[in-house]
Parts: sequence; C-alpha cells; structure tokens
Amino acid sequence: MRVVILGCGRVGSTLAAMLTKEGHHVCVIDRDQTAFEKAVQRLGPDFTRETVRGVGIDEATLLQAGIEEADVFVSVTSGDNTNIVAAQIARHKFHVPKVFVRVYDPIRAQAYREAGIETVCTTTIGAGVFHDMLLGRPLRGLQEYIDDVAPHVGQQ
Amino acid sequence: MYVIVVGAGKVGYHLTHTLLSEGHEVTLIEKDASRVAELAADFGESIVAGDGCEMRVMQDVGMNRADIVVAVTGHDEDNLVVCQMAQRQFSVPRQIARVNNPKNEPIFHLLGVPETVASTRIIYSLIEQEVESGEYLLLTALKRGKIVVTAADVTAGSAGANRMVKDIHLAGDCVLAAIIRDDHILLPSGTTRLEPGDTVIAVSTPEDQQVLREALLGSAPPATRAKR
Repeated sequence: MRVVILGCGRVGSTLAAMLTKEGHHVCVIDRDQTAFEKAVQRLGPDFTRETVRGVGIDEATLLQAGIEEADVFVSVTSGDNTNIVAAQIARHKFHVPKVFVRVYDPIRAQAYREAGIETVCTTTIGAGVFHDMLLGRPLRGLQEYIDDVAPHVGQQ
Repeated sequence: MYVIVVGAGKVGYHLTHTLLSEGHEVTLIEKDASRVAELAADFGESIVAGDGCEMRVMQDVGMNRADIVVAVTGHDEDNLVVCQMAQRQFSVPRQIARVNNPKNEPIFHLLGVPETVASTRIIYSLIEQEVESGEYLLLTALKRGKIVVTAADVTAGSAGANRMVKDIHLAGDCVLAAIIRDDHILLPSGTTRLEPGDTVIAVSTPEDQQVLREALLGSAPPATRAKR
C-alpha cells in the first residue's frame, strides 16, 4: 500500500515505522525539518521511505508526497483543524480511498465522523482508559469509550 | 442582523467596529485573552474570549441565531472549520471566510464555503489591471460565486474584432453589459461593432466564461498589446 502520513510527531512517526517494516511505501509530511530528525533519533533512519517538508493543506506538498497514487491518507498533526481540512482535501479533491485523522476535540471528532471522515479521538479513548484504570475496572473495547462520550456530544 | 466574527486581528476589529456603528448585533470571538482584554474597553460584551471552533463557545454566543458568521483568523484551516461547523451544526444561513493563502481559495469552494475573500488575489488583480498584461480578467463574483463579471480586451487579432455584437456567438446566460472605448462607456446594442482597443465588460455564469472568452477573443495566442 502507498500511505501518506501528515504529521511526524510521536504517532505519525511510529505509525510510519510500523508500516515501513511491513513493506508498505510510506511518505511522511511535516512542516518542521527537526521533526524528521527527532523521528530518526527515536526510530532509526528507515522509519519511512520518503519525507516531504511542507504544509499539509498545500496542494503542491501533497502532490510531492504522492497523494495522487496514495491508497491511504492519515493526518496526525497537533492541530485538529489542519487534520480535518487535510482529510477533506485528500477525500474530496484527490479521492484517496481511505482517509483517517486524529482529532483531539471529541465534539469535532463526532461532527466530522458524521460527515463521513474517519476520526480517531484519542482524548475520549485516553480519558476513558484512565477512568477505568483508576476505578479498578477492566479495560473495554474502543467503541465503548467513544459511546460513553457520544451522548454528551452534540447537545445543543 | 446578528453577526458573529471569529478572530480579533485588524480585520476582525475594524469589521466589528463598523457593524456595531451601523446598529447590528455583533459578537467577536478571540482566542488570545490579552487581546480580548485590550479590546474590552472598545467592545464590552460584544467581545468574548474563546476558540470559535469549540462547541461550548459557539453555543454560548448563540450561534444558532446568527445570520452570518465571518471567519477572519490568520489561519485558513481554522476559518474553514469555523464556517463548516456554523453551517452543519448551527445552520447559520451565510458564512464568509477570509483566505490568507490565495492558493487555498478553491479548497474553500470545494468544501462548501463559496463566499471567500482572499485579499492578496484582489490586490493582485488590481495590479494586473494596472500593468495591462491581462487580456481577460475576472473582476468580481456576485451571488455567492454564481455570477461573474469579467473584462476582455479586444485586439486586432481577436475573434470578436470588427464584428457586431449580434453576430458574436455567446452562451445563453451571458450579457455584454458595457463597452469601454477610449475611456467612454457605451451601452452595446446588437448592431454595435466591437473595435480593437475596446474593453468589453461581460456578466455570465462561471461555467460560460470559456465560451465567452473564445467568442470575444478567440483561442489563438494573444497579440502584443500597445500600451495606452
């Protein structure tokens, strides 16, 4: 698979390394060169096949990263709105078959999930896991953590 | 009208001022607490500290009853998300977004926000008019982008040169609104003959622009124009 990952932080670089090890063609984009250097320090120089330095919602950057041939686009920058906009560009402009984004805000995660973008809300999952752990409860499936929060989301 | 403005930079500030002085109800939302403090004296309750993309903030400012949301932060992705959330979660009838990087403008249009202002592009098109390097120029879009007004410079080699308006094949939804000849404005009729040196102002749909351009100017490469 050809995978384009936007955001070379902890999640982006770790994901890239996993996929590269499995033999997929990965390109990671980040606007900050030092992000790539830190990833190399953590994971070694082969964590990804290619890197592109640039802004993720910029068409030229995405094209350079091979978005036109991509099977998957993942956006995991630290900015929810960047992730949300980049995902929509990948889906609606470049028709990438699979698009996934991390969104910290549970409400925006839900709102855009309803609009057809696959969002992963690590806030909800993280808070849910800590909650269960500190109450001494066994950990549950991801969907249950998301469902716990969902009733509170979208109340207007 | 109730207008919500997101982003209290220079644009947001002056816009809010103008709207308030015209008697509209305005809420200005700004993330930076110190900026809010700075402007509290000017705007009082009309300025609120918060992130315009957070649901709680949008609810607190009564976005569900807003007539227009204007997103004028310095970040295009924030402006786009504000407009989308306003549309989808609060059914605000109209959203206007500032686009800082003109290259992002088509993305806003693709993703459901047609009313955009990219000041760089506007200034550039004024410059283009000044150096007269454009034979064909989009002047403005009206009705949320559904209608465009364009200017076409007719030269000796243009398809429409020396032809009568009635003989020029124009698409259905297209009007030649005015001819500017030697700094005079003419109202064209069917028998008006276009002359080299004329600037034709046309009103059409965006889709019909290509037909219009070919009918007036032709698809041949532009001849070098004499500077007026």
